[in-house]
Amino acid sequence: MNTANPAPALQPLEQMLYASLLTWGTRLGLFVLVASFAAYVLGLADAQVPVDRLPELWHHPVARYLELTQTPTGWGWLALVHKGDVAGLAGIAILAGCSLVCLLALVPLYLRRGDKAYAALCLAEVAVVLLAASGWISGGH
Amino acid sequence: MPHAMSVSRYRARRLGLPGLLLVPWLALPTQAWAAAGSGTAVAWWVWPLALFIACFLMGIVAVPAGIGGGTLFVPIVGSFFPFHLDFVRGAGLLVALASALSAGPTLLRGGLGSLRLALPLAVLASASSIGGAMLGLAMPANLVQILLGGVVLGIVVLMLVSKRSEFPQVAQPDALSQALALNGVFIDGASGRSVHWQVHRTVPGLLVFLGIGVLAGMFGIGAGWANVPALNLLMGAPLKVSAGTSGVVLSLVDSSAAWVYINRGAVLPMIAVPSVVGMMLGARIGARLLDVLKGSVIRRMVITVLLFAGLRALLKGTGVWP
Repeated sequence: MNTANPAPALQPLEQMLYASLLTWGTRLGLFVLVASFAAYVLGLADAQVPVDRLPELWHHPVARYLELTQTPTGWGWLALVHKGDVAGLAGIAILAGCSLVCLLALVPLYLRRGDKAYAALCLAEVAVVLLAASGWISGGH
Repeated sequence: MPHAMSVSRYRARRLGLPGLLLVPWLALPTQAWAAAGSGTAVAWWVWPLALFIACFLMGIVAVPAGIGGGTLFVPIVGSFFPFHLDFVRGAGLLVALASALSAGPTLLRGGLGSLRLALPLAVLASASSIGGAMLGLAMPANLVQILLGGVVLGIVVLMLVSKRSEFPQVAQPDALSQALALNGVFIDGASGRSVHWQVHRTVPGLLVFLGIGVLAGMFGIGAGWANVPALNLLMGAPLKVSAGTSGVVLSLVDSSAAWVYINRGAVLPMIAVPSVVGMMLGARIGARLLDVLKGSVIRRMVITVLLFAGLRALLKGTGVWP
């Protein structure tokens, strides 16, 4: 059904809240990503893997790369986050995790409205992302 | 001579700005590759710089071509750059994720992306994308290359044959669609009209998204190319709502798959950051050039590049062109 000359279509409150939180999460993630990368390539921070060593390493499969560089898997990178190259993962983690905050913020809104199905869907999506982030499940060569 | 001039002008016009932009895009990695092959030491920054430029150009053409940058990224970078496919897929997911996250808020505020429609689809696709990512990292690289080549050639066929429906007719939403209230309203910028929409075939749609999640996680190519036809042609969402909601679904699905790659150590900032920044800057210019560039020409050019990259991935995987 189409209507000519409409008033601006207002989107649901939860959609607008989700959009606002996502904006800030994305900005923060991209800022950390670019700032840490600049510190890495400009030599302003120590590096786990020096930049000039990368061309001899990046053609290896990930398992061999990790072995050669002694880089930890899972959340082990947090212990090395002061290093320029590893700090980039903090920005990536913010980008990959910012949807969690947005989804959790919606749960009370849906519950207040009695929309239990969507509150459950938000929690289910949070559980799936947390499961992936936990590192409990992983593949390997 | 005037004839020759006019022919060359005609050809230049046919090729257009994106065609000219394509030259350094392919030339840079090729030259660096040749230098590496001839034993000449290539400075470490050459490849990230080439990657940045390539992604910038991919970002420009991805928007008018109507596909996600991630769809171009993995086959092209996986075929023509020296990085292992594990890292290329990790970076590809990041490219698709960052693009979807950046576009998401605007799409949601304007009503082109529907969170209500995206959430049920995203839950299933996110769960299956974890399985896809684990499967992709567990398989030998040559098998992934062969499968990637097959998927990319499938995308080419889909781009060539798929028809799109601007406003599909959904006479009666199914029971699940009604129960979840999968409907909404948006202002169509082209006509200035307020468009009310609803969807049907919700259960088949959910099953299709389960499969799409596996592909997104396994290849790191994003999945807008599959999301949009599924939402538009199968579930009956308007084309613009399908494209917008696809972005919201991608932002959630790629978040799950990205974590698997992060935990496995398959995300290298040196590959991911130039790719993400280049693609996002390029996409901003691509969006501004949307009215200037001829969409059909760009689309043909992207199909040609994807065809080449798909064949290259197949030949690389089979060892014919290592």
